[in-house]
Amino acid sequence: MISIDQQLPPGDPLVVLGLLASAILFAVGIVGFLSRRNMITMFLCTELMFQGAGLAMISYGRQHMDLSGQVFVIFILTVAAAEAALALGLVVLLYRRKETLSAEAWKELAES
Amino acid sequence: MIVAPAMLSSILALAEGPLDAHAAPELRWAGLALLLPLVSGVLCLLCDWMKIRSKLPAVLTIAALGGAFATILRLQGAVGETPVVVNLFDWISWTWGDGSRFHGISANVDLYIDRLTIFWMLFVTGLGTLIALYGSEYMESDVGKGYTRFFGGVSIFLFAMACLVMGGNLVMLYLGWEGVGLASYLLIGYYFTKPEAVAAAKKAFIVNRVGDLGLALALFLIWQCYGTVEYAALWKAIDGAPASSEWTAQAIPWLLMLGAFGKSAQLPLYVWLPDAMEGPTPVSALIHAATMVTAGVFLIARMFPLFVVNPDAMAAVAWVGGLTALLAATIGMAQYDMKRIWAYSTISQLGYMFLGLGVGTSFGASYHVFTHAFFKALLFLTAGAVMHGFAGQLDIRKLSGLSKVPGFRLVSWLAVLGCFWLAAFPFTAAFFSKDEILVSAFTARDERVHVLGWIGLVVAALTAYYTFRVGFRVFFGPVKYEPGDEHHGHDDHGHDHARDAHGSPAAHGGRGHHGEFHPHAPRWAIRVPLVLIAVGAILAGWPSYRTMLNHDERNWVKTQVKQSSAYQGAPAESHGSHDDHAAAPNVAGADPAHAGHGHLVLGMDAHTAVGRLGSLACIAGILVSLYLHLVNRGAADALRRTLMGSVATRWIVVGAERKWMVDEFYDWVIRLPLRVIANILAAIDDLLLDAGIVNGLGALPAAVGRLFRPLYGGVVQGYAVTMAGGVALVAAWVIWIWLRGAN
Repeated sequence: MISIDQQLPPGDPLVVLGLLASAILFAVGIVGFLSRRNMITMFLCTELMFQGAGLAMISYGRQHMDLSGQVFVIFILTVAAAEAALALGLVVLLYRRKETLSAEAWKELAES
Repeated sequence: MIVAPAMLSSILALAEGPLDAHAAPELRWAGLALLLPLVSGVLCLLCDWMKIRSKLPAVLTIAALGGAFATILRLQGAVGETPVVVNLFDWISWTWGDGSRFHGISANVDLYIDRLTIFWMLFVTGLGTLIALYGSEYMESDVGKGYTRFFGGVSIFLFAMACLVMGGNLVMLYLGWEGVGLASYLLIGYYFTKPEAVAAAKKAFIVNRVGDLGLALALFLIWQCYGTVEYAALWKAIDGAPASSEWTAQAIPWLLMLGAFGKSAQLPLYVWLPDAMEGPTPVSALIHAATMVTAGVFLIARMFPLFVVNPDAMAAVAWVGGLTALLAATIGMAQYDMKRIWAYSTISQLGYMFLGLGVGTSFGASYHVFTHAFFKALLFLTAGAVMHGFAGQLDIRKLSGLSKVPGFRLVSWLAVLGCFWLAAFPFTAAFFSKDEILVSAFTARDERVHVLGWIGLVVAALTAYYTFRVGFRVFFGPVKYEPGDEHHGHDDHGHDHARDAHGSPAAHGGRGHHGEFHPHAPRWAIRVPLVLIAVGAILAGWPSYRTMLNHDERNWVKTQVKQSSAYQGAPAESHGSHDDHAAAPNVAGADPAHAGHGHLVLGMDAHTAVGRLGSLACIAGILVSLYLHLVNRGAADALRRTLMGSVATRWIVVGAERKWMVDEFYDWVIRLPLRVIANILAAIDDLLLDAGIVNGLGALPAAVGRLFRPLYGGVVQGYAVTMAGGVALVAAWVIWIWLRGAN
């Protein structure tokens, strides 16, 4: 299982760079998600945030000298693939209904 | 006081099985009397499920009740002087505790068969069979509608009544007691589309609940005091122990009395019986005149050993009986509905029976139950035949001279015969039974009840008057009638005439709403039971005729009642020396033939005096009635006007016609406060519980939702900002904690 006995000394360049990249990926994803209205773009942004989280796991895995982070990411990739198929199918169906990809078009789904 | 040895012996007695190992083999079949009506009840239910639209339910019921009657007839010869317990199957048998704290209760499905049981079951099943036969024609306009329900009710009633009378313990008696109450409720409310019938059914059930509470409490106390509820063991327990002065033991007869007064329609619980006349007439005859209402008399007769040791309770029973007899007779004098008049006369006659019990003659009371069952059933059934023939007409002002209407001659003469019996005309059966009761009242050792003998004589005169008021008005005089407003009466009977050989020709002097109204004459299924019941009413006096002819011979009914619990504790018959029992003042009256000696009423022997005074009262009542209601009917109206004219006497007429306002009094004193309380509680329920707590709790989530609804505008990015903001806040908080910990 996860052992936190052994750690690399702080400041390992791969860990630092990996965490930095993951933060950038996540930030790009969230900004994109919040600023765009196109459902496909928004979906791609969620994928970016996913990968940012995955990269953070791999980096911490390295910091702790543990393979669990990488195992997790393999699973996340699988799930993300399935979810991508589902989400894109959903987007196609929504598009067929309203002939637009804008998320604004589905505002009336809210209760108020 | 709990008598541990008595309890142990009662449990041992259970292990022994039947009391008398040499009982006749016929007794093994006793259960049939109980089971046959149950079977026919279940079959009626099946008929209902299978939507049978024929008279099959009637046939099944009559066959089953006839079978029960045959069983009882067979048993009648087989039952000896010793009571026999027949065990059908085991039911309740619990024990707990040990040593001196050992408790047990056992109540099996047993039949306790002594002569009182058989005596009671004889007329219950016999009349039940005849009245079911009568009902098969009376209810025929309901074939396919309520016919099955009616006969199912009658079957269940007979089952419950058999359970009540034959049950070997108080639990079975209670079961039957509630069962007859249920059957009564169902059958009073038979015409459930009629609001009056529904109200009457509810009234009967609720008023009986008051009495049943008393019976239930008495049952608990009997178990607590004597450690058993089984008759056989109970008599032993009472016999062995001196009368307890504990208040619990003293309360038992009073509570039993309350139950009896409810079921048998005595003061103050009689108000349900007149309203119960909303049920079909065969039901009124069977349940509310001949059998069920005598259950209270049976209860006290059965529990007599508990009463004889309590003179105050006995006096109370006598007084309640006497006063009810008087009150109901005065009301009956001023009513116009034939069935209501007979209902009040039933209450009045039941009052006589309780008077008899209270002055110690369980024989007189049982004898009166027996004679009354026949003539009152006869009167109700003839009233039903009239009602059936005249489209529900029961108003004695609108019926006259029926004895001259073709097809109604037999009915009329049988009704007049019933009137003679109800009026206790000399040398009819009721004359003898009433005689027994009144003699005992005059000769009771308890001075407090002597005046009830005089009240009883006054009631005898009133009874003769109101009985013949109906008799002379309805069955004699000029032929004149109006049909009632029962619609089906006319429509359905129209085609009956076509196939009916007795179909009456054009109405004589009929001045009904329909010019073409033809009274519908009864056919054989009504006539045969009427004749048989009339024969029964005549033969009910047989035991007394025999005693009259041969002074040494004992009255058959007395023999029956004496060899039962109804005489346990009376000094002459007691099975040992009971000084405490002998000291009970009322007991001497138990056997008037002995007690009557030396007791003079108006300087004569009590029997002679009561016989003469009773005859005089009866004949006086009939003569007054003859003048006012046959010879000179105008005089009756004139008398009423005179009485109404004077303020001093007006209250008599208004009071009697409005039933002394007892219903109104109960409305004000009981129903109104209960309604007020109910409305207050309903308001609390509506406002505080429903509106406040339940709906309030329901509204809370909705209100919270309304509060947060603006946050969810339907823009996905809006949600995402909220979420991201939330995550950021949590992250900031975690970092702040971390930084603070680091310092």
